[in-house]
Amino acid sequence: MLIPMANAPVKHHYKDLIIELLRKELRVRYKRLALGYLWSVMSPLMYAGLYYVVFSKILRIHAENYPLFLVAGLFPWQWMTNTIMAAPTTFISNYQLIKKTLFPRFLIPVVISMQDAIHFLISLPVIILFMILFNGKVTWAWLYAAPLMIFVHFGIAYSLNLMLATLTVFFRDLERFLQIGMAFLFYLTPVLYSETMIPEQYQPLIMYHPFAPLMINWRNLFMTGEIRFDYLLSSLIWCGGIWVVANIIYKRLSWRFAEVL
Amino acid sequence: MAVVEFQNVTKTYPLYHHLHAGLKGFIFNLPSALKGLNSGFTALKDLSFKINEGESVAFIGRNGAGKSTTLSLIAGVIRPTKGQVMVSKRVSPLLELGGGFHHELTGRENIQLNGVLLGLTRRQVAEKLDEIVAFAELGEFIDQPIRSYSTGMIARLGFSVVAHLEPELLLIDEVLAVGDASFQKKCIAKMKQFRDQGVSVVMVSHNAPDIEMLCSRVIWIENHQIVGDGPTSLILPKYLESMK
Ligand SMILES: Nc1ncnc2c1ncn2[C@@H]1O[C@H](COP(=O)(O)OP(=O)(O)OP(=O)(O)O)[C@@H](O)[C@H]1O
Ligand SMILES: [Mg+2]
Repeated sequence: MLIPMANAPVKHHYKDLIIELLRKELRVRYKRLALGYLWSVMSPLMYAGLYYVVFSKILRIHAENYPLFLVAGLFPWQWMTNTIMAAPTTFISNYQLIKKTLFPRFLIPVVISMQDAIHFLISLPVIILFMILFNGKVTWAWLYAAPLMIFVHFGIAYSLNLMLATLTVFFRDLERFLQIGMAFLFYLTPVLYSETMIPEQYQPLIMYHPFAPLMINWRNLFMTGEIRFDYLLSSLIWCGGIWVVANIIYKRLSWRFAEVL
Repeated sequence: MAVVEFQNVTKTYPLYHHLHAGLKGFIFNLPSALKGLNSGFTALKDLSFKINEGESVAFIGRNGAGKSTTLSLIAGVIRPTKGQVMVSKRVSPLLELGGGFHHELTGRENIQLNGVLLGLTRRQVAEKLDEIVAFAELGEFIDQPIRSYSTGMIARLGFSVVAHLEPELLLIDEVLAVGDASFQKKCIAKMKQFRDQGVSVVMVSHNAPDIEMLCSRVIWIENHQIVGDGPTSLILPKYLESMK
């Protein structure tokens, strides 16, 4: 019995594929897990230190528990940007695998997003240390909010990586646009400043920002232990929306990867 | 029983040079860029053939004729523009050799990754790891990143993995040519063993003695079309004659 190649059943062991691809990614990117960990902790900490000096000591903006404020915003931000900025090389750096073997290509974005999520999770003790030093509060909200937010954050980061990685295979200069775009987005997201400092007439715009509501919730969770449900809902909708768009783009273009790479 | 059938397969590669100008180039030349996506370079024109279970077939033809494209279509990594590529339900995964390696990983790590990419479980790969390493005969290099390997060494590694996978259909694109004499002998012995077990072998080669030894049938591609398909003793001499 002959069937069209495109419908041929794929005999892949997804779990094993993910484990091997993840191990590969860790080996290639950091050689050792420990090094990756150090990097994922040091980089946001150094930025936090820099912003602290600039805003607290030089510009003398007064904000309570500003060191915790910065850390609680920058660590989740770092997770998001790492996954997004990895997009241009996600498929391109794996061209040898894609050109010659037939496996579900979206697994590469999956493992890259997983890797950044793991780094965020293992850097949580550092945030907790800052919470102890600067009056952070732990409440029952952690129990349901933290897993939900990790899920939504992963969903947004993964979908953006999938979408941008797919597009970069065809438009190699996307990386430059992405760099500029992310630099803009950083200042347009309440990470260095509080959302309450935004002029009132612009505050409703937060809802239309793909990850500002999520970032605000992360910071509040670490500082006050409270989250806003309207923001959580907005993040969920963004997550679903980006996921759908990313998958449409991926489905339409992924079969061409092997001929373009 | 057939394991692969091409039904009037045409493969056209789009002219991607508009895309290589990047997003900026694409947007600024939108009308001509969109036209570029629909026109293209025809690498294979209206190919039809059938490969049966246990058959060993060699594709021959000049450089750029479309042999590697044909193998990629069989492996399913690219899709035909027109026509159908049919495969037997039983024959999967389809294997292509010499690919699926990452240059930053060591030989041993690549075996683990490649085995799983080709459809094995991690456990199955682990069980065969020692055998694969021994077959490749790479000595200490097995624990070096393969970016430090020579072409022949990578081919050794690739063949060793595939040889231990119990394939049902073997796709081999010019790897025998880069191995040294002793490894070639080993590969050929292994491939004969496969053939005797009823595994279908599809290979591309520019080496007439290899083809004569391993394949009973030859498909000759010229100008992106099949110009000859039949017993090796009939087609191969004609092809060699045309090259003079
Ligand atoms: N990804 C691609 N994009 C555009 N054109 C391609 C692509 N791959 C191959 N081609 C073109 O298709 C034609 C057939 O290429 P193919 O690699 O199948 O040749 P071949 O018969 O394997 O040649 P060789 O003996 O040199 O290996 C060539 O003219 C090549 O330029
Ligand atoms: Mg070729």
